[in-house]
Amino acid sequence: MNVSVAPISVGLSQARPISIAVLAMGGQGGGVLVDWIVALAERRGWYAQSTSVPGVAQRTGATIYYIEMIAPDPSRPHRHPVLSLMPAPGKVDIVIGAELMEAGRAMLRGLVSPDRTLLIGSSHRSLAVIEKTAPGDGTADASQVYEAANVAANRFIAFDMAEIADSTGSAVSAVLFGALAGAAALPFTTEDFEATIRAAGVGVDASLRAFAAGRERAAAELKQDPKIKPAAKPPLAKHYPKLEPIGDAGYDALVARALHLPAELHGIVAAGLQRVVDFQDVAYGQDYLNRLEAMPRDALGLMQAFAKYLAIAMAYDDVIRVADLKTRPGRFDRVRREVRAGDDQVLAITEFFHPRIEEMAGLLPPRLGEKLERNARLARLIDRGRKLRTTGPLAFLLLYGVAGLRRFRRGTLRHAREMRHLEDWAQRVRTFAAHDLALATAVCEARRLVGGYSDTHSRGESKFDKVMRAADRLAGRPDAAEWVQRLTRLALKDADGAELDGALRTIETLFEDT
Amino acid sequence: MAERSFAREVEDLKLGAGDEFRGEGILAITKALLECGVSYVAGYQGAPISHLMDVLADAQDILSDLGVHFENSASEATAAATLAASVMYPVRGAVTFKAPVGINVASDALANLTSGGVTGGALIIIGEDYGEGSSIMQERSHAFAMKSQLWLVDPRPDVASIVKAVHDSFELSEASNTPVMLEVRIRACHVHGRFATRDNVRPSFPLSRALEQPSRDTNRIVLPPASYLHEKEKIEKRWPAAVEFIHARGMNETFAGDIDDIGIIMQGGMYNGVITALREAGLADIWGETRIPLYVMNVTYPIVDAEVIEFCRGKKAVLMVEEGQPEFIEQALHKILRNADIPAKLHGKDLFPMAGEYTAQVMSQAIGAFIRRWRADVLPDAARAPNIDRVEVDGKIRALAEVVPPRPPGFCTGCPERPIFSAMKLVEKELGPHHVAADIGCHLFSILPPFNIGATTMGYGLGPASASAFNIPAGKRSISMMGDGGFWHNGLTSGIGNAVFNQHDGVIVVVDNYYSAATGGQDIPSSRADNRSRSTKHPIVEAVKGVGATWVRQIDRTYDVTRMRDTLREALTTEQKGPKIIVASSECMLNKQRRVKPLAAAAAKRGERVVRERFGVDEDVCSGDHACIRLSGCPSLSVKPTSDPLKDNPVAAVDNSCVGCGHCGEVADAAVLCPSFYRADIVSNPTAAEVWFDRLWRRMIGALQRRRAGRRIMFTQETA
Repeated sequence: MNVSVAPISVGLSQARPISIAVLAMGGQGGGVLVDWIVALAERRGWYAQSTSVPGVAQRTGATIYYIEMIAPDPSRPHRHPVLSLMPAPGKVDIVIGAELMEAGRAMLRGLVSPDRTLLIGSSHRSLAVIEKTAPGDGTADASQVYEAANVAANRFIAFDMAEIADSTGSAVSAVLFGALAGAAALPFTTEDFEATIRAAGVGVDASLRAFAAGRERAAAELKQDPKIKPAAKPPLAKHYPKLEPIGDAGYDALVARALHLPAELHGIVAAGLQRVVDFQDVAYGQDYLNRLEAMPRDALGLMQAFAKYLAIAMAYDDVIRVADLKTRPGRFDRVRREVRAGDDQVLAITEFFHPRIEEMAGLLPPRLGEKLERNARLARLIDRGRKLRTTGPLAFLLLYGVAGLRRFRRGTLRHAREMRHLEDWAQRVRTFAAHDLALATAVCEARRLVGGYSDTHSRGESKFDKVMRAADRLAGRPDAAEWVQRLTRLALKDADGAELDGALRTIETLFEDT
Repeated sequence: MAERSFAREVEDLKLGAGDEFRGEGILAITKALLECGVSYVAGYQGAPISHLMDVLADAQDILSDLGVHFENSASEATAAATLAASVMYPVRGAVTFKAPVGINVASDALANLTSGGVTGGALIIIGEDYGEGSSIMQERSHAFAMKSQLWLVDPRPDVASIVKAVHDSFELSEASNTPVMLEVRIRACHVHGRFATRDNVRPSFPLSRALEQPSRDTNRIVLPPASYLHEKEKIEKRWPAAVEFIHARGMNETFAGDIDDIGIIMQGGMYNGVITALREAGLADIWGETRIPLYVMNVTYPIVDAEVIEFCRGKKAVLMVEEGQPEFIEQALHKILRNADIPAKLHGKDLFPMAGEYTAQVMSQAIGAFIRRWRADVLPDAARAPNIDRVEVDGKIRALAEVVPPRPPGFCTGCPERPIFSAMKLVEKELGPHHVAADIGCHLFSILPPFNIGATTMGYGLGPASASAFNIPAGKRSISMMGDGGFWHNGLTSGIGNAVFNQHDGVIVVVDNYYSAATGGQDIPSSRADNRSRSTKHPIVEAVKGVGATWVRQIDRTYDVTRMRDTLREALTTEQKGPKIIVASSECMLNKQRRVKPLAAAAAKRGERVVRERFGVDEDVCSGDHACIRLSGCPSLSVKPTSDPLKDNPVAAVDNSCVGCGHCGEVADAAVLCPSFYRADIVSNPTAAEVWFDRLWRRMIGALQRRRAGRRIMFTQETA
């Protein structure tokens, strides 16, 4: 048995290690950052210990790394420090979140403490699966992370490090390392940091660029008045076009007519008008205004909603529109920018179409279309995926031709169906508007359930129809509008509509009770 | 080839006396094995000991220079059976796998090995996968040591202590003729630290001598009457020898302190946590000085009774810090103290939680409670009554629980397994839900959103076996999954062979991604890579047919969702009886990118024609319903806000991490989803003809576009 002699008379050392927790997602370079931090400390003769629990979490899951470091004690030259292998809530000096919600997770785990923790977070979002799969907007509210960080951390530094990484051709880890240097929370010089990156020897130049940018930005943030707290980027504002003439006589006449509507509506009406005229022609724009003007114009909330969803309903997604959007001037350049193709590179674009008999028959006059739609042999012939290389001449001409069918659109089966569905909805809105403006508005907004293509479209439409039937049933009740809003919200939450069906059953019980 | 290269770390294996090693715990163990003169090493990969296997695979040259034989075992059972070489011959051997699942698989060999006993040192390095980050059921390996009577070493979790434990364990094994398990917890496996190295040692007894001059002793073979003798020998000879060695060598450590009427006993692996908790309470310092006496069990089985008695004598109370359940050590201490009439009060699971990891918080609470109970007078004021007002802070943080999304691991960008489950989703829409028996491997991520597929998992390679009971006439068939790793581990016999023999009528999907991917991309028999020291390229389909399966389909590109779906549908509906086996093959994208990316970059640099593929979404065509994501979950397929006032929902977007696997397009096609996807082929160093035609088409297309634009109203498009 080893028995060490206890230096009871000698007091305990008061030295404390510097503790750093890094929260990252698998594949984000968290391991690289941790290796750098350890190498940095060791470069200055410090003891450093890092641990992690990667496991399967390296496959895109959330991972936590933990580092402790301490300078050697000259009075105890042969003693090694006993460092912890896991962070203790409230006892971490520096917490690094490689993504905004990971910074949030650090706080949830209690790692961030007002009395000591510097929280460095990248403000960019990398969405979790559950945020992406909601049919509506399932994105988490970033501002709450900021609100919490501003009180939970001793100091909070946040900026978009993914953007900097992108512009410097490096990774978030290098920017974070820079932010750590810029925050001046470790007793090491910028030269030490840079030498560490050089010694690691992988992607040195890009890493140094990203490091410098991160360091400068963090240093600038620190110089700011601490009373100015970091805030979440405001959500992307909707861009409303101006309701003004553009030099086309037909369109300008529509504008002149629309200007008679209340000024509050001008933005959304301009957007709507442009969409429907772009979809079809000026006469279609007149149809739009006719329908709009049939509504009670002083009910602003209702008008706002109706102007929006009417435009969406009128400019439905059909084969012609898709072909048109895919063959427009400027599209290929936009794709070139998006996929970062250089000028010296050749870009080929392939589209993925899977038209069904419904889409094809939809292009025909109603009677013929309805007949062909029931032809199973034809359906089998058409129903398959087609890949079209639109940067080549043949596929382009094909789509260009389909887009040119626009002038026949009013005579198609699809148009007839869309208009029937639209009129049904508009009629319902008008009827409800006479007694219950709130319900009419809610019914307007339920229209957002309709959208997408083929299966998705039919599923959305069936959810919408369910909500409409419920609206009819609820009309007259004081809470009708509230119910329709709730139903719409639930329908957007999950794809198969289980929650919607649950709520519909609840509505049934409302009527049993009375 | 494993996904991580250890070419640089391998150099550290050559360090000698007077050098210092700096690095990960698991690599330090590897170095220690060479210092101990090990003759052979074998193992089966798996977190947290995969790196040990990977670094050895990368160190083949050093190993052969030293005369060390290294094997990638077919399973943990194979690895454990390898230790048979040390039964009759004085050769040291080490095997490694994750625990406790690896021990479960290896248990037959381990129990037989332990019964007969060993001559040369036999070390089993187990990566204890317990607590945060674990991917398996939460159990202890301790019970196995107790039931088979082999020794369990649980060193302090710093690199130097772990290395010392390797050296001591070989000697302990030889001194007591018993295999030794060296337990290293997940964080300790990945801990970065340093230790003073020694020279590597060539094994003194070459394995070739054993083959050329074989020896045998029936007393060492597990067959009556020898097996009865073995049990007696374990208790009468080997156990006392082990206790004697552990004590003489000082494998367990005692740290004295001035507050000596209480004390703390712990598993070695708990030491750093205990010191940190004591330090926070002002009772220890960072250099390991402590005011409370500590007894550190670096060997947790067997217990050295005399040391425990010695430590507890004269104390009012002691605390046993023992992670996991049941509390085997605490129970044993009660017996030891009672038999020795030591009155010290023993605490343990009354202050610690019975189940779960001893996190920093748990450790600090339990140790705090222990000291407050017996020596509150030694606690500084702050530790007695912590006093920070956290009302506002806590409120805002609690609110985050509703905001911060869970982020479980999932399929990587471009994973070839994703389309298999997309296809299953599509079949589910047609034929309704099926009972799906899942298996261990990356494909188990199917149980999470967006797929939500898979009902049970029974162990590596046991997916098809776990559907055995459903071999009955019914309206639907069962589907069972198995990875290529699990297939070669045992699934060929336990799953396929069993299904053929019992005429199982279900569907078996073998996911073949060319590697044992979940454990870090190690090669297996069906790997397609050239491996200079292993025999690869043995097709799974051949093996399946070899055991008698007749309905076998090979799909060579899993990304073909339509074909995948059709094949699944056929398997679920065909009249043919017996197992329907689909082998779905495509290379693990993580490993493929690692392999291909540098090659492509180099080729582009040399001026060769290189095509990069990636996908994109036309924002104005996307309706924001996210149906594509619900069939994919690819990290590079996300959503982004749009400034279009007529769009309520964020639209789909593909980011630059896209590797162009084609899944989005295939799903959009197979599911008849949406035409907003496009594939961009970006050609670097295009041929002259390519450039010429490209220019021609662009001019022609541009003219057509201008023509139509001139005939309609064009609004300026604002991009988001």
